[in-house]
Amino acid sequence: MSDNSKPPVLELRNVDKSFGPVEVLHDISLKVREGEVLCLLGDNGAGKSTLIKTLSGVYEPTRGSILLDGQPVRFARPKDAQNRGISTVHQFGGTFPLMSIGRSFFVGVEPTKKFGPLKVFDRKKANEIAVSAVQEFGITRIDDGDRLIGGLSGGERQSLAIARAVHFGARVLILDEPTAALGVKEAAHVLRIVLEARRRGLAVIFITHQVMHALTVGDHFAVLIRGALAADFRKGEKTREEITDLMAGGEAMAELEQEIQAYLDESPETEPVQNRPASSEEAV
Amino acid sequence: MSADKKRLSLGSIVRRPETGSVIGLVAVFLFFAIFGQITFLSAAGAASWLNVAATIGIVALPVGLLMIAGELDISIGSMIPASSMIFAISSGYFELPIGVGIAAALCFGLLVGFINGYLTLRTGVHSLIVTLGTLFAVAGLTLTMSVALTGTTSVAVQSPPFIKATMGDFINGIYQVTIFWWMLWAIVLGFVLHFSPIGNWILALGGDKESARNAGIPTQRLTIGLFALSSFSAAFVGVNQAILFNSAQVSAGMSYIFNTIVCVVVGGVLLTGGYGTVVGIVLGTMTFSIVNQGIYFTSFNANLASLIIGVLTLAAVVMNNSFRQMALTYAPKKAEKKAEKAE
Repeated sequence: MSDNSKPPVLELRNVDKSFGPVEVLHDISLKVREGEVLCLLGDNGAGKSTLIKTLSGVYEPTRGSILLDGQPVRFARPKDAQNRGISTVHQFGGTFPLMSIGRSFFVGVEPTKKFGPLKVFDRKKANEIAVSAVQEFGITRIDDGDRLIGGLSGGERQSLAIARAVHFGARVLILDEPTAALGVKEAAHVLRIVLEARRRGLAVIFITHQVMHALTVGDHFAVLIRGALAADFRKGEKTREEITDLMAGGEAMAELEQEIQAYLDESPETEPVQNRPASSEEAV
Repeated sequence: MSADKKRLSLGSIVRRPETGSVIGLVAVFLFFAIFGQITFLSAAGAASWLNVAATIGIVALPVGLLMIAGELDISIGSMIPASSMIFAISSGYFELPIGVGIAAALCFGLLVGFINGYLTLRTGVHSLIVTLGTLFAVAGLTLTMSVALTGTTSVAVQSPPFIKATMGDFINGIYQVTIFWWMLWAIVLGFVLHFSPIGNWILALGGDKESARNAGIPTQRLTIGLFALSSFSAAFVGVNQAILFNSAQVSAGMSYIFNTIVCVVVGGVLLTGGYGTVVGIVLGTMTFSIVNQGIYFTSFNANLASLIIGVLTLAAVVMNNSFRQMALTYAPKKAEKKAEKAE
């Protein structure tokens, strides 16, 4: 689906990010193309959120460069990145739980109509656009723009946030753990929307630690361990077990498995005997 | 249209932020109409609480907007006497033109508001603490300056008839003109919050400051502007009081701090920001004033007013919380019903 002759929409070249003496990201090089989903995998503390913040203009890289359509760019503020079409959707999607769908959709870019000499927020237009934008992504349950964001399910909020980013011309969509807090059904909704965004030719960076979700939608995978790129591979090149191992740092995972195995190998009859006195103590 | 009908259903009424304050207002009004004898319902009875409501309401409106934006301002408690004194000392004691006194008082209001906003943004300290600081600072400054300049803590001031008639007089001998200023202020701020794009910024700012900034809202200018608005309104009320009573005192405003917060919270504004309406604040102010004044029309001990206000505030907040929960959870059910019908 991706056209390799065109430069990647967004590219990181040898990016380091340090906070004082602490190097959080080390020599990161990544590319994401139009109509491609790049999955960024990593355990907690691997540097995922620092990487997202560097991509979305919150931090500037200490060394290395960011390229947009092959041209080096610098983002001093998140707004700069947004203006260039890089949109970040955070874990909880819509962050204004007590605002209506229409109002929150247009925060900062409110549509107005003339009312005599005054400019008035066009609620009807805002609601219509917001509802139709999210319905285009297949979330037909959202049909009233006056509903409060807080009344939507986690998946619906994510979908609304993604629809919003696309509506406002995002070319690169950075999704920060969109499925982490969701149930299976809700997560499936969001994954379908990720695929829809890809179909529309967006470059999607999908951050997650759920390997199954990544394998479902990803074209290209990068595993981050302690701030460095531990692996960079395309779809079909590695199995789920291999990826899980990589994320946990390989050896550590094998060690853990051994320990668990050793524990299970201990005679199972001893287990209830050990537990019984403890529970009877609790009862007293 | 079915959409319009839907908007009038019981569910949609319950979901509005000011529903709790309507119920509270009706309840206290009926209570005092029954126990307050006929005088409570007379023109003089209405004037007694409307006058109180107007004076508090002019300050409660911008304080409520600030609360919706996630900030508090308690410095209004010393801003009101400070502006009264600035006006009375300028135009009364030093006999400067009336306009100079008014302008000086209102400018001081804007300045204190700017300082509140700037310090809140710059220090990252909660605005309750910042304005607690300016509350005492302004009170101390007012007392020191008035004693140093005039040798007293109470200054007389006479206003020309035109100023008197527009800023501080009684209509029919009982209704303060302040009531009209309050109504004007409610319309202007109601427009700002509910119909202008800035209202959306205020709601977003109170909902989540970080996301609001990322969405490109000028959060710093907005915060400073709202603080300036509330200090300015307090200064206006201070000037107003001085014109009405032909004098100003150093200590005459501390009760406004909690009174405005009660009005705003009873009116359904969420203390932590992001939710509230101007209609709610107006209704909350009326409720508070009816309790505050209505007690004098009954045979009850007037000292019970505070007890009633305390209980009322708690009841209103609990009620507002449950209405807010209903607003959040009502809609999905409706959508489900619709989906079922469609299937």
